[in-house]
Amino acid sequence: MPDTASRPNDAARFDVAAVRDQFPILKEPSHGKPLAFLDSAASAQKPQAVIDAVNETYAHRYANVHRGVYELSERTSAAYEAVRGKTKSLINAADDDEIVFTSGTTDGINLVAQSWGRANLGPGDEVLITEMEHHSNIVPWQMLRDEKGIVLKVAPFDEDGVLIMEEFERLLSERTRLVAVAQVSNALGTILPLDKIIPMAHAAGALVLVDGAQGIPHLPTDVRAMGADFYAFSGHKLYGPTGTGALYGRGELLAELPPWKGGGDMILSVTFEKTEYAAPPHKFEAGTPNIAGTIGLGAAIDWFAALDHEGLAAHEADLLAYGTERLLEVPGVRLIGTAPDKAAVISFVLDYAHPHDVGTILDQQGVAVRTGHHCAQPVMDHFDVAATVRASFGAYSSRDDIDALIAALDEVRELFG
Amino acid sequence: MSDLRDLYQEVILDHSRSPRNFGHHEPSNREAKGNNPLCGDKFTIYALVEDGIVKDVSFDGRGCAISTASASLMTELMKGKTEEEARAMFESFHELVTADKDEPLDEALDKLNVLAGVRGYPMRVKCATLAWHTMKAALDDIDDTVVTE
Repeated sequence: MPDTASRPNDAARFDVAAVRDQFPILKEPSHGKPLAFLDSAASAQKPQAVIDAVNETYAHRYANVHRGVYELSERTSAAYEAVRGKTKSLINAADDDEIVFTSGTTDGINLVAQSWGRANLGPGDEVLITEMEHHSNIVPWQMLRDEKGIVLKVAPFDEDGVLIMEEFERLLSERTRLVAVAQVSNALGTILPLDKIIPMAHAAGALVLVDGAQGIPHLPTDVRAMGADFYAFSGHKLYGPTGTGALYGRGELLAELPPWKGGGDMILSVTFEKTEYAAPPHKFEAGTPNIAGTIGLGAAIDWFAALDHEGLAAHEADLLAYGTERLLEVPGVRLIGTAPDKAAVISFVLDYAHPHDVGTILDQQGVAVRTGHHCAQPVMDHFDVAATVRASFGAYSSRDDIDALIAALDEVRELFG
Repeated sequence: MSDLRDLYQEVILDHSRSPRNFGHHEPSNREAKGNNPLCGDKFTIYALVEDGIVKDVSFDGRGCAISTASASLMTELMKGKTEEEARAMFESFHELVTADKDEPLDEALDKLNVLAGVRGYPMRVKCATLAWHTMKAALDDIDDTVVTE
């Protein structure tokens, strides 16, 4: 690590080597080269603690939850339910019952759209989103628009990828019933100013749903301090298993919401005439849940919470600064997303090679990046590109990964430049 | 680099930098759009088909080197073919880039053999076939956007 000496002190104190050591996949070569995994924004790799928690559940502690009176089921139920408390602490919710387990952020947003939205929104009611939302925070509202006649408004961003607050404010009105907004843009890395957005939305009488998929791995997240009414995130981007996640909803709100999916585990009693629903959060958790995955999410939260968060923030800021600086030295690079407040995500294009060709060439050098539209096609349209290359960082990312990326980009230039 | 040179042969780089028959040739009487939602690549194929002969083919849109070169090579080879021959060429090409067997195409389609390298890159096969599926839709006169993913 030739550059270690120049890492800022607060970043240098974060022991990346010790973190990397806990990720088995980082020890596996890719195309005969060390793996430089730069796609954590799509999905983070898993530490051994998470892998063990899932394996041990299936090997030693597995039964269905909330059903059996036998010890094994009770033990599984307790381990599963304990994750609610861990999640509550992670995001500083007020109560365990404000945590609804989901299959991920997409599931959480759809729950709000289909439960709260269908019950509360009608023709002319407005949902305000931003131009930099992921498709999962666009499409559920379009579905509701087509079904209920609501109006979907979109607040634009500027050439740096910064939300234009004057436009946001102009689009906010007494007709706005919900503001649905990302904490961090997945394609641009922009950190949204929730400290301004949420009070403005509340002042207009709207509720706020925060898509925390890209935020929670990078930013301290306190849903009460933030003032979010709903907050959705995915376990798999937080070093946990796929198919896990949670939706936070303020207790008073969840109590009023109708169920979304019907089935087992969400009822108090069922006759053919009438069904009485369970109280939140179980009301929203029909069917056998992702038991082992959720227990793995608990292990991920424990693992993540135990990190030195100030050190991690400094480390990720260093990666962003170092990566940006090195990329700007590459001929023909154009950064897509240059907001002053950014999380550890760098999107770029090269003027001589298409992102897909770049991705294939980088892969041959052991460098894994995301190429494509990042499920944010309106963002691509804004910058008039079909796709970008995106390097995104996690706790285990290092300057070596960035050096590998820069070296691999030389190969791209050799072929295409 | 040697593996990559198999994929990105000089012919491919040349056709991607300077695609042939790029831009809508008029007149045309067949048209279809192709879209690869995975990467956002989009092409429109324009064809002039008269008396069962593909008299002209052109395309526009944007895509990666593989999809652009494949589209460019296709337009060159399709011109002057009967509809039947054009469809047979689609089948041959599809087999070239997807089949397990490692058999190059015969002399008439030899130019396409440079694209055989995509077989080693399953995610890129869709790039190579996008224009071809779109051409087939144009011949079939299908209005819907063709999707490869």
